[in-house]
Amino acid sequence: MSISVSNISKSYKNVNALQNISFDVKPGELFGLIGPDGAGKTTLFRILTTLLVPDAGHATVTDLDVVTHYKAIRNSVGYMPGKFSLYQDLTVEENLHFFATIFGTTIEENYDLIKDIYVQIEPFKKRRAGKLSGGMKQKLALSCALIHKPNVLFLDEPTTGVDPVSRKEFWDMLKRLQQKDITILVSTPYMDEAALCDRIALMQNGKILEIDTPAAIVKHYPKTIYNVSSNNMYQLLESLKAYKHHYSIYPFGEFVHYSDKRTDFNTEDLKAYLESRNLSNINIEKTAATIEDTFMELAK
Amino acid sequence: MKRFTGFIKKEFYHIFRDRRSLFILFGMPIAQILLFGFAITNEINNVDIAILDRSNDVNTQEIIHKISASKYFSIKQIITREADIASVFEKGQVKAVLNFEKDFSQNLIKQHQATVQIITDATDPNTANTISNYVNAMLQQYQKELNKNIKIAYQIVPQTRMVYNPELKSVYMFVPGVMTIILMLVSAMMTSISITREKELGTMEILLVSPLKPFQVIIGKVFPYIFLSIINAVVIVMLSVFIFKMPVQGSLLLLALESVLFIITALALGILISTISATQQTAMMISLMGLMLPVILLSGFIFPISSMPLPLQIISNIIPAKWFIIIIKGIMLKGVGIGFIWKETLILLGMTVFFIGLSVKKYKIRLE
Repeated sequence: MSISVSNISKSYKNVNALQNISFDVKPGELFGLIGPDGAGKTTLFRILTTLLVPDAGHATVTDLDVVTHYKAIRNSVGYMPGKFSLYQDLTVEENLHFFATIFGTTIEENYDLIKDIYVQIEPFKKRRAGKLSGGMKQKLALSCALIHKPNVLFLDEPTTGVDPVSRKEFWDMLKRLQQKDITILVSTPYMDEAALCDRIALMQNGKILEIDTPAAIVKHYPKTIYNVSSNNMYQLLESLKAYKHHYSIYPFGEFVHYSDKRTDFNTEDLKAYLESRNLSNINIEKTAATIEDTFMELAK
Repeated sequence: MKRFTGFIKKEFYHIFRDRRSLFILFGMPIAQILLFGFAITNEINNVDIAILDRSNDVNTQEIIHKISASKYFSIKQIITREADIASVFEKGQVKAVLNFEKDFSQNLIKQHQATVQIITDATDPNTANTISNYVNAMLQQYQKELNKNIKIAYQIVPQTRMVYNPELKSVYMFVPGVMTIILMLVSAMMTSISITREKELGTMEILLVSPLKPFQVIIGKVFPYIFLSIINAVVIVMLSVFIFKMPVQGSLLLLALESVLFIITALALGILISTISATQQTAMMISLMGLMLPVILLSGFIFPISSMPLPLQIISNIIPAKWFIIIIKGIMLKGVGIGFIWKETLILLGMTVFFIGLSVKKYKIRLE
């Protein structure tokens, strides 16, 4: 196993940040920790990167214990913290050069590993890191975390605060890195990114709700989901909430994801009800459950 | 080693790209030394003095006339009773009193010797010293004029008396004092800030998760400041020698070595501060309140330790700056060798070892 976590607990003064967490990540896997802020993702990252000591349980990274063999782990992993943590007063090139040097390597030696990412920021290599845009900062941070060819890469919310285009590019890069036998543990609050992982763990309040492949996780959703839309979103939501047979209602872009308590649910009944509430342009269609629906269901 | 030099290179980038710290590093020493240097100036002008002339004869009149004619003094008051001396000082009206003995001329003629007392207010010790030197010089000149045509020389004996601070403990203290302050500021404050900056910006997290050992990070952070502090010490000594003509009596090598020792003490304190503060602002406040104030107030730089209340005298012993000031004062002003200051050096060395040990013990290899 590349990463193995068993029964890890960690609490701060009044908060149980992690409660009895266990999971394994296979070599070469792209594993996602999905959950809202405060789920305990960063604490878990800090334990695995040897920055914190767990209160209970134990964990290994590349078969090395995170408490006793912290020095060896620090040599062989790449870590990109949630907060942008490069030197803002150093240029792009100087940052990369610095991190290459402290890991005892050079940019040239591992250039092919970072090439895809670095070429995008190379035109700005004389610019100070503090003056880069959010997406470019993340690309630089990833380059710096990769420059020593780590076995395991820890990315704590790498796409938070990054525009959608850069987010997509970032995930394409992670997929390519995976081809190069790097195990990646990534956390994100974005459910749409979860689908891009090999396996995901849904986390909330320091607990893991479910671990599986994204495809299997959505299958666990117990009900059929319908996309409901109408001329008035607000009215639609209020009307659905007032409908006594509703099981779950979540706004989802231009639609509302709706599921019904009854097994013999008929869309015509709902349509008639909504029309009685003076809504028009009503459209009800079956749709597949998303990870977000599953998460909301599990987090209930 | 390459890792280490890479780290140091990065530190220099930080320093040279941050105008604020550059200003503190190089602007402060020069500004301070000039400020202190010119504020405690050796020139005096129109200093108010009082005269107590109990003889009132031709010689004393001539002397008084000479003094009042000079641009250095103006006679503010003529007093008639010895008891008035204390009161004119207490009212702060004059800086000095000339007290001519009774039968000044007669004594001069009969015994070839007469005495005048120069009493100065030494709360401002530098001025007091200068005043007495000036009066002495004038008396000597007058004596020379008197003796031109006489076989057995007349002698006017000045008796200098300093009131309020008789030993003149802080004369010329400003150079050692400023040097101590600057080295403390640059070494302790700047390093503690630069280490906490890494914590605050989150880069410490990455440095911890790297093959760099904690001591390499710390040495890498403090090394540039050792270098810069030495430059500062050299600048201060050069300024005081060339601008203020303050000769360095003792060995320059010894001065350099002692300075390096003190720089290391201050750096160790800076590291210690950085281990207990989470933000740059806290580090700065602790450095200013916890280091600068004691250095200024309790080291004997401005206020003589011997005139402090006993509890403060005892506290002053734990202030490294006190010992360093004694050491460099000894080397710069008295020209003493290691034989006279080995005790202070040993105390400073002990403190340094203690602070380094403490900060190594307190240094966190993890977060929290």
